[in-house]
Amino acid sequence: MSISTDIDERFRAAAAAEGLLDVAYDVFDDTAVGPLLVGVTDRGVCRITFDPEPERELELLARLYGPRVLRASRPVDRLHRELEEYLAGRRRSFDVEPDLRVQPDFYKRVLAELALVEYGVTTTYGALAARSGNPRAARAVGTVMNRNPVPIVLPCHRVVGANGSLTGYGGGLHRKELLLRLEGALL
Amino acid sequence: MGVAVPPFEAFYESHKVEVFRFLRSRLGHEGAEDAFQETFLRALRAYDRLEHGEHLRAWALTIANRIVLDAARRRRPHGEMPELVTEDGRPAYEELAGLTDELPPKERAAVVLRYGYDLTYDEIGAALGSTESAARQAASAGVRRLRKEQQ
Repeated sequence: MSISTDIDERFRAAAAAEGLLDVAYDVFDDTAVGPLLVGVTDRGVCRITFDPEPERELELLARLYGPRVLRASRPVDRLHRELEEYLAGRRRSFDVEPDLRVQPDFYKRVLAELALVEYGVTTTYGALAARSGNPRAARAVGTVMNRNPVPIVLPCHRVVGANGSLTGYGGGLHRKELLLRLEGALL
Repeated sequence: MGVAVPPFEAFYESHKVEVFRFLRSRLGHEGAEDAFQETFLRALRAYDRLEHGEHLRAWALTIANRIVLDAARRRRPHGEMPELVTEDGRPAYEELAGLTDELPPKERAAVVLRYGYDLTYDEIGAALGSTESAARQAASAGVRRLRKEQQ
């Protein structure tokens, strides 16, 4: 026996509506960049993961934000819509705020600079390091990009090597290429 | 340090079917729907204060049991319990639910969790917020009382 979808969804909606969740998450199975798991707190989007392993993701979210982690569609609706619009080429920036509260200070600084890199424009790890206040930290900036908790919304795909090579991407180079092509930054 | 508290999603998915069955056996399908929401909302409200992830099944069933008792009290202010929904091939806890109507709440919970849900006394103690030996005493007091009533 299982319980009806209706009862199940009603509980999930009520839990979110009462503001009882540390993180509401959902999995979008077929976006243009494959399956995405997204996590949202009352402050904004805290997690976007390509090809997620949900069990591992939920453990991580619980450890970082608190154990009240539940799948709920309402709280992630807006982000879902914005992602769909962006991936369809109908949106150039996100209105949903990132929630970076658990990130170390250096990450916060670099990610704040990253947020300013505009649609369709690329920059380099070194340039981003310089703008974050430490021109010699290109490699460390690379690490921050690799561990970006909210790729796409914070556009680490727009950061490339000094010689213009794509270098790397947490979600796989093919996705970096796809996103840059979508934005017309790559021919 | 005990077992880590799992993400609520994992807790909910592990116990939702059993909790719903239990509630349906006590309240009927319609009553069970609201009680189900209330059980897991109550669990969620307390969830970030849990100190470890042990005995969560017993904890969930205890919350559900309390909600059943609250519902019964609201409906029948004079302490008369509602008639049970009966089905063929119902599990042990459903039969026990009917048999234990007249027991004091703590003894009843201990008997139902021990003989209906096969929890250990250790788990029951944790679920009832007391000790293993208190759970054992409550269950055996409940059984003695039932025997007396049957005679």
